[in-house]
This record gives sequence, structure tokens and C-alpha cells, in this order.
Amino acid sequence: MEMFKGYDPGRFYDEMFGGDGSVRKHCAPLLKKFGKLDQRDFLARKANSELYFLRQGITFNVYHDDRGTERIFPFDPIPRVMPAAEWEHLEAGLTQRIVALNLFLHDIYHDQQILKDEVIPRFYIEQAKHYRPEFRGVDVAADTYIHICGSDLIRGGDGVYYVLEDNGRCPSGASYLLENRNALKRAFPGIFESLGVRPVDSYPRDLLNMLHHISPRQDKDPVCVLLTPGCYNSAYFEHCYLAREMGIDIVEGKDLVVVDKFVYMRTTRGLLRVDVIYRRIDDDFIDPVVFRKDSVLGVPGLMNAYKAGNVSLANAVGTGVADDKVIYYFVPRMIEYYLGQEPILPNVPTYLASEAEDMKYILKNLPELVVKAANESGGYGMLMGPTASKDEIEAFRERIVADPRNYIAQPVISLSTSPTWCEGAMEGRHIDLRPYIIYGKDVKIVPGGLTRVALTKDSLIVNSSQGGGSKDTWVLR
Amino acid sequence: MLSRVANTLYWMVRYVERADNLARLIDVNQQLLLDFESLDSERLRGFWQPIILSTGDEDAFAKLYDTTGSAEVIRFLTNDPKNPNSITSCIALARENARTVRDQLSDELWEELNSLYLFSRSDEAQSLFDADPPRYYENIRRSAMTFLGIAASTTSRNEAWEFMDLGRHLERADKTTRFLDVSSYLPAAAEGQDAISPGVLHWTATLRSCGAMGAFRATRRDITAETVVDFLIFSKDFPRSVRYCMEKVDISLHLISGTPRGSFSNEAERESGRLLSDLNYGSTKDVFETGLHEYLDALQGRFNHIGGEIFETYVLMPERVQISPGPKPPTLSDAAVWRMEQQQSAS
Repeated sequence: MEMFKGYDPGRFYDEMFGGDGSVRKHCAPLLKKFGKLDQRDFLARKANSELYFLRQGITFNVYHDDRGTERIFPFDPIPRVMPAAEWEHLEAGLTQRIVALNLFLHDIYHDQQILKDEVIPRFYIEQAKHYRPEFRGVDVAADTYIHICGSDLIRGGDGVYYVLEDNGRCPSGASYLLENRNALKRAFPGIFESLGVRPVDSYPRDLLNMLHHISPRQDKDPVCVLLTPGCYNSAYFEHCYLAREMGIDIVEGKDLVVVDKFVYMRTTRGLLRVDVIYRRIDDDFIDPVVFRKDSVLGVPGLMNAYKAGNVSLANAVGTGVADDKVIYYFVPRMIEYYLGQEPILPNVPTYLASEAEDMKYILKNLPELVVKAANESGGYGMLMGPTASKDEIEAFRERIVADPRNYIAQPVISLSTSPTWCEGAMEGRHIDLRPYIIYGKDVKIVPGGLTRVALTKDSLIVNSSQGGGSKDTWVLR
Repeated sequence: MLSRVANTLYWMVRYVERADNLARLIDVNQQLLLDFESLDSERLRGFWQPIILSTGDEDAFAKLYDTTGSAEVIRFLTNDPKNPNSITSCIALARENARTVRDQLSDELWEELNSLYLFSRSDEAQSLFDADPPRYYENIRRSAMTFLGIAASTTSRNEAWEFMDLGRHLERADKTTRFLDVSSYLPAAAEGQDAISPGVLHWTATLRSCGAMGAFRATRRDITAETVVDFLIFSKDFPRSVRYCMEKVDISLHLISGTPRGSFSNEAERESGRLLSDLNYGSTKDVFETGLHEYLDALQGRFNHIGGEIFETYVLMPERVQISPGPKPPTLSDAAVWRMEQQQSAS
């Protein structure tokens, strides 16, 4: 316990300590194990885990450094622990959500019943930046659009989990979830014993099973590939990692060719037909004939093969409409509309600038709110009211009034904290959780997910591009 | 397998092999010079100039350096980032190639190459290079050897392996001819000196560069131009002899295509078969009749020919089926920047 001495959970919901400073029951066995380590041993093991990431090449490049220095993504060895019941609740909520999202996407790309019934105003869909009207009426494999979803969950001061956003395009980070576990096992093998931590290693298998499930050729073993933008993409490590774990080829656009609406890859023995593409390239870049004409990464003609049903894509084309933060607002309504159920996991309260009442509220309360552009991510295009300058607030006010469809606002949620090693002491840092939901024959969610941590004191931004790190996530049996 | 992947594996191994060979060459030459006590800078130049000439990088060197002293040559060949063929550049290129086919490599294999890369850019490497060069080069060689050992024990013997093997043996054969060719550029004064003949010293160094000293001694007695050339070109058993390497190249080529040996289904196989039979039935007499330098030069030309044909057959050919070419940006460097930017923003 020595290392946790003087730990102050502050006024936030802390994952390990209650408000009165007592250890939460499900964390007690872990703390006891960590208590047996002295600080020097702890630091040596922490350094060891960092070396593991460096040698594995799980790094990003530091720009403007001609020696090509590489850094690892910061990894904090204190895991985030979650009791079984809590996870079951999240699992049920996330499953409900992905089912509803897929019904919604199928609907708006076919009959648009939800628009006809005026549950969602039509113009929100039609003006969504990533809606692809040219794909209306196209049937996709298994009627599924989002095969892999990386929803971001946060926990407020009330201890309640909220869905912050659903990432239904190309969510990344699953490899970190797997490698964090590997690194922790190597550095602290002792702490896992007899704690009943659920394993996470089924992820690549679940992913591959899903890819097989959506193959257009069910009579034979499908040829699946992972389509990457290339080795300069910041997630390239992950692409290689997942491809290798699944035992499938990783391809770049130039490795694929479309002949008569079939997709082939160029091999040393000639052309080989491809059935399923796990694509890690956005719609915009995937086929220069249909989308961005200047894309050098895509596969000309791919959309023809896709529309003809000769190749399946995971995720399908056009899922970006569900990532629109205005559409996010309607997810609880989708759940009620399609499933006739109450949402298990709530959204963060959200105000739409296009609604007159909401607009009034937003403009009046800007200094207290978080404002987000509908189609930005990674912490960009955002106004953090409480910490913003007057000028910034006024600049956003103008933007919101000029283009209300493009903005939403939410109250600031104080993310829960988790003890994190910060240069010599254990301190509380804000965290979120990104579980990875796979929708194949059925829904599979690897226990836990990627816990991201904002390493800067008091910061609520966990994105790796803005000083975020990550932790291992333990779901207990 | 994917054509691009085959090509990348081939180059990954070639670059590791190149770094390894350079490390040997420099290390041995540095040690050789210790045997000559009073070399003035003019004589020193006489020793380092041939090294640059034999690697074929004399133009690149001349652009970067004014003098051909040992410090300049050693820096140029070892860790000058401006020389694309320096040891550290080769390591970086090998690692960059490995990175793009990371999924094809075992964890251990990647880790070894990545560690070598991290070492080559570390402060530790720099201080070792300054203070204890033999240990610096030993580190490089050891890691390159470990890399090959891990590759051999963790790679399935499939096409991927054969393309890696091709790269290794073509590069090795090429480097062996270049080590031999150093003698062609030695100043005349270096031959036939007093008590210790620099000729013997030179050929000893060549054998050492190839790690061939022990193997040579086991079958030959005198160290002369003829015996060394015979051993390093025509030995049937020594793994760095040109003949041995070409035998391996020929085997790999036929395993890849499935064509029986002794026949051919592409130009690379045809040229390798012809070259191999020249080596199988040739002798040092042919070499010295042709002239050592001319003979080695011709060999290098034929290696390049085979390398080019491998690329043509397995990498370029599938490219030709493309029926709807994408937009072509104007120049190559623009295209590279363009591609890189899109890769960073496309997911």
C-alpha cells in the first residue's frame, strides 16, 4: 500500500477508492498485491514494460526530428478494474446499441421508415456529411453495416456510464488493448495469479469469424484481407498486428485490382480472388472512381464489385452517418423505435443547435458547455466552455449561429479517475473506456476494452494525439 | 503470396546482408592497417580508396568528402546518413522494409531487427564507434547473424523464405566479388614489399572479411591470389563463395516457380542456370586470363541481371494486368509526399 499512501481521489468518481478514501471492494486484492512491491521494483518493472513496447515497435514518430526518434504511447501499469456485474451491464447496453444502429443504417439505406414515421427529421440525415445516398438500395452481406464498433464510454461523478460516441467507421486501438495485457503480464506476472481476470485474447479470432461470416462465398474458405492506407499511417502497427493475429494478408490499394466486378490481389502466382476486405481506409479514399478522385490509396472499381455483392467490406460503406454527433443524439430513439426497449446505456445529455429551444439554451450557457462539431473527432473542432477564453467562446458563437446543423453541445462531464503513476507519485487521472464490439453471427465483445487516460493533470482529453496514454482493463469473473 | 510482399522480404534481407558485409569489410581493413606501422597519409589513402571503388560508391563519396582518409571513408561507409549504402542506412532500410511486412515476420525476428535499428541510432552506438570500433562492428555483425538465425528457425519454408533466401545469396555473392575486387584498385607499391608481403596480408584480410579463414586453412595451404580467388569464387562448400551462393539462388528460383532444375520458365532462371554452369565448369585460369577485375565486373553484371529479372517476373508482371490505372501524380517525389499525406489522414 506504500505507493498509494496519500492518494487523494479528489472530488471525482474514482475507480479504485470511494469518496471516504476506502478501497473499493473489487480492487482490494489487486492493491494487496501491488502493496507487496517496493517502489524501486515497481519502477524497474514499469521500465521493462516500456522497453517491451519499444522493441515491439509499438511507437509513433516524433515529427521534425531527423534522427527519426520514436516514442512509445505511454502505458500506465496500474490496471483499471471492473467487477463482473458492471461489465454485464455494459455488455447488454452495447449489444442493444449496435443492434439498433445496424437496423437504423439498413433502414435509411432502404425504406427509410424511421424518417417516414418522423422519429428523426429527414433533413438531419440528408444533410449528414457522411450519408451516401448513392448506396441506397444496395444490399450488404448479412444486412450488417457496422461490423466493428468502438464506442467511447465515460463515467460521470454519479458513477453512471454514458455513451459519449459510437465509432462505426474504422475504430482503432484494439491492438493496444491486446498488447497492454501482454506487457502487463510480462512485467507483473505475479499480480494476475488467483485474481480471476478475464482473458482478452479471443479478439482476433472473433474478428476473423466475423469476416468469414460475411463472405459472399459461403461454400468455400474465404480469402480475407486487411486493407491499410500504408506504413505511414499512425495505426499501421495495429493493421499488421491484427492481420498477423488473424493469419490474413495485409494489402495496400495497389495490391488489389478489379476485373469484371471481382476483386483480386496480385500475387507471385498471378491474381487471387478476394472475398472479404477488412478495410482500415475511410470511404473517401477507398475508390477513386466513386469517391475522392485524387486518392492514390484506393482500388479503382472496388465499389462496382461491392455493389454487385462479389466482395464484402467491414465496415460497410456509409456508416459514417451514424458517427455524426447530431445523429448520435437520436440513438436512444432508435433503440425505442426498432427494439421497443428502454436504452440500457444513456447518452450524455445533448443539445442540438438546430432546435430552437436548444439553440437558445446553448447560446445562453456557452461558458458551461462543451460544444462539438458534428463530424470532427480526436478532440478537434471542440470548445471546452469552462476553460476557453472569451474570444474563443465568441468565435464559436458565430460559427454555431452560422451553421447550426453542424453543432451540438453537452454539459461538461467530469470523467472518473484512476490511480496513475505520475513522476514519483500515484495521482488520480481521468479515464474513459473504448470497448470493441464485433457484430458477426452474433455480437461479441471482448471483456473490458481500451482504457485511455489523460496524463495531464485535470485534463479531460484522453486522445493519444493530445497527451493521452492507456491502461490495461480488467474485468473480473 | 503478394508480389509486393515478396519484393519487400527480398530487399529486407538484402539490406541486412549488406550491412553485415560492410561491417566485416571495414573492421578487417582497420585491423589490417595496424600491421603497417608507419603509413603516411598518402599510403593510407592508398588503402581506403580501393574500398570505396570496390563498393561502387565513388561518386557519392566524392560529393560528400574532399579527402579520402580513413576517418572519412569509415564514416561514409558506417554511419553517414547521406550515404544510402552506409551500414546504418542499410539497417534503417531493412527495418523500414520489415515494418511494411511486419505481419509476415515472427515477433522475435522483428524484435531483433528493430533492436539493431534502435542500437544503430543510439548514443551507446556512437560512443562505441568512437572508442572501440571493433566492438561496434562486432555488435552489428552479431545482430545481423542473430537475425539470420532467427529467420532460419522461425520462418516456414515457403515462398516467403525462398524470396528471403534469394536476397541473401544474391547480395552475398555480390559482396564476395567486391571484396575480391579491392585488390584491383590497390596501388602497385602495396604489392611485393620487403619482409612481410602486403600481398599476403591483403589476401588474408579478404578471407577474414568473408569469415573464411578457418575454412580456407582446412583445405588450402598457401595464401596467394590464385588460391584465394579459387576458394571464394569456386568453392562448392563454402557458404560465401560465389558458386555456393549461385547454387542456392538457382534452387530458390526453381522452388518458387516449380520448374525442375536444369530447365527454366523465366529469364531469371535461364540466366542463373547459365551462370551456375559457368561456375561449375570454370577455373581460376579463366579468371586470370580474362583479368580479375573484368571477370568480377562481369559477374556483378550478371547478378544484377538476375535481380532485375526476378523483379520483372514476380513483381512487375502482375502489375501489368491493371486495367483502370489510377491518377498518376506528376513527379515521383511529389507522389511519395502525396501518398504519405493520404496514408496519414485516411483512417
